[in-house]
Amino acid sequence: MLIMGVFTLYFLIPIWWLLVSSTKTQGEFTTTAPLIFTADAIPTFINNLGGLFAYNDNVFVKWILNSVLYAGAGALIGTVIAAMCGYALAKYGFRGREAVFNVVLSGVLVPATALALPLFLIFSQVGLTNTFWAVFLPSIVSPFGVYLARIYASSSVPDELLEAARLDGSSEVRTFFTVATRLMAPALVTIFLFQFVAIWNNFFLPLIMLRDPDLFPVTLGLYSWNSSIGQNPELRSFVVIGAFVSIVPLIIAFLSLQRFWSGGLAAGSIK
Amino acid sequence: MQRKFRMAALSAAVVSALALAGCTAATTTEPAAGGCEPSDGPVNLTYAAWWPGADEVVALWNEQNPDVQVEFQTGPNGNSGTYQNFFNQITAGNAPDLGQIEYDALPSFRVQDGLENIAACGDILAAGDQFVDWTWSQTTFGEADAVYAIPQDSGPIAMYYRADLFEAAGIPVPTTWDEYAAAAAQIKALGSFITNFPKTDVNWFAGMVWQNGGQWFTNNGADWSVDLTSEKSLEVADYWQGLLDRQEVSTLASFSDEWNASFNTGQQWTWISAVWGAGTIRSGAPDTSGKWAVALMPQWNAGDNAAGNWGGSSTAVLKGSKHPYEAAQFALWLNTDPAALELANELGGLYPASKDGANLPVFLAEQEFYGGQKIYEVFAEASAQVIPDFVWGPSMTQTYTDVSDGFGAVIGGAGTLADALATGTEKTIAALTALSIPVAQ
Repeated sequence: MLIMGVFTLYFLIPIWWLLVSSTKTQGEFTTTAPLIFTADAIPTFINNLGGLFAYNDNVFVKWILNSVLYAGAGALIGTVIAAMCGYALAKYGFRGREAVFNVVLSGVLVPATALALPLFLIFSQVGLTNTFWAVFLPSIVSPFGVYLARIYASSSVPDELLEAARLDGSSEVRTFFTVATRLMAPALVTIFLFQFVAIWNNFFLPLIMLRDPDLFPVTLGLYSWNSSIGQNPELRSFVVIGAFVSIVPLIIAFLSLQRFWSGGLAAGSIK
Repeated sequence: MQRKFRMAALSAAVVSALALAGCTAATTTEPAAGGCEPSDGPVNLTYAAWWPGADEVVALWNEQNPDVQVEFQTGPNGNSGTYQNFFNQITAGNAPDLGQIEYDALPSFRVQDGLENIAACGDILAAGDQFVDWTWSQTTFGEADAVYAIPQDSGPIAMYYRADLFEAAGIPVPTTWDEYAAAAAQIKALGSFITNFPKTDVNWFAGMVWQNGGQWFTNNGADWSVDLTSEKSLEVADYWQGLLDRQEVSTLASFSDEWNASFNTGQQWTWISAVWGAGTIRSGAPDTSGKWAVALMPQWNAGDNAAGNWGGSSTAVLKGSKHPYEAAQFALWLNTDPAALELANELGGLYPASKDGANLPVFLAEQEFYGGQKIYEVFAEASAQVIPDFVWGPSMTQTYTDVSDGFGAVIGGAGTLADALATGTEKTIAALTALSIPVAQ
């Protein structure tokens, strides 16, 4: 219990710092205690927020929307693909099934960072670098999602049920969408959340692919600001409050999907 | 299980084959075809930079030049990723036409054939007179008939000091490094520091060596020589080692909150820094407004007038640009046009490398934060005193990291600055050898 308390504190203090710091003016950063609110915290916070959103033609708002689009749409499509793939691997017997599964599984072992440069060179060949697709397309594949979907489908979707659906004349596609996905829901939520967080936090791929600031996700945008604080000290408080704002959607996603979620995570462990 | 491993190995092999394909593509980039002629018809260029306000200056050009439209692109600052991106893009053949490159990174681009020679693009070669001498020699590498970039801004070094504190304590403002050390002892006795030693800003340290007439790198046209421990360089190292040993300088992480706070609360009496540092103090130490002043750097010998430089960048035409002529004209306009320079200073705080740029109205004004002093007159004087032939090496990012590691160890109590420089020399030679860059032993 004590250990858990210590670790909780350890993980929460940086977020607390972020919250407190985003309620300070540039001058207060250096002159006030780092973990304690100042007297005029709320007006300063609102002021900082206004400054952040207005800076450079609302570019920060654009970045947040980009991130929402990359992560939201990417995770949604990624989840559908992973679910279909995992379901097929679990429920259809075909030649090479295990081989396909193992290749997908080996994809889990390759870190996304290692793939960024090869992807850049491939996307250069087809002229898609510095476009929306350069970040979006690689985001919709999730080998881990396929793995989880397969494990979950094989344990939670009974073959008898599929057989019954077939006898009732349901097509395979319809069976998948109306029967299987319902049963797989906890796993799908897990896959969605994992993928959402992974895309939201993805930094290296956009860093390599994008040069047009209108396409940046919020991670890359904040990083570029942070890297030019030396030249433009005004950005310091925007980076801090921007970082704070950028974790809010993640918190919302987690809290709102949490109740669907707990069932999914352990599903693979006993199989 | 066995099978799973085999599959993993196979896919790993596929990945590395792809990576290798990427590498081999690098060596087959074709040289640009001869001369440099204007293109027919309207031209679209791309310019990647990270200095604040670049987009608005580009917009100004686009308004005035409907036939040559420039698209602005951006990213993190060079060493934080944009240089690596430039190299990737040059390899893939889709680099922007123009890119911001700091002076200390130009040689690495030159060595890896990442820059177009724009000397033949109209009157570029003749434009050299318009720029401060040392900046021009950085972009030509001293080669005849060669211009690889147009100087943009520079960072001549001077000394920011707390005029009020020096006066109250009755300590004369130091004009030589000996006087500076004497003042350091007196200030220590008063419970403050004369300055902070920035262990991670190795380019600042290079600026100190630069002022002393030292060199870290030389290039005879065929081979590079690396020597971070020349006599001049060691003189600087020993000097700062002395200040560190006597604990007369603080060792805070530069530009950190603590660092700002120590300026804001009067713990720091001076900062030997570049012209762009004026804005850093103003925003980091707002409570000290009106109390600062600027003087030329302390000298190694009384009566000398030498200055170093810290920072500054150029606008380069990257390899593979299809419109080098128009790109070169844009770069020249960007860095000489009065309206462009004024906007760049207002939005990005750039101090122009152009000689005329130093006479813009903004640089003639009295600065309230600096007690009403016309500080840019001091920097203009310093700029003219910067020793013109300092040479950067072809792998400065690596050199900085290695020396900075050593400096960090010194702060932790292990070794000396001179040791760190010696290690830096060894590691840099090893790194250059690994990159197949010829090094004279």
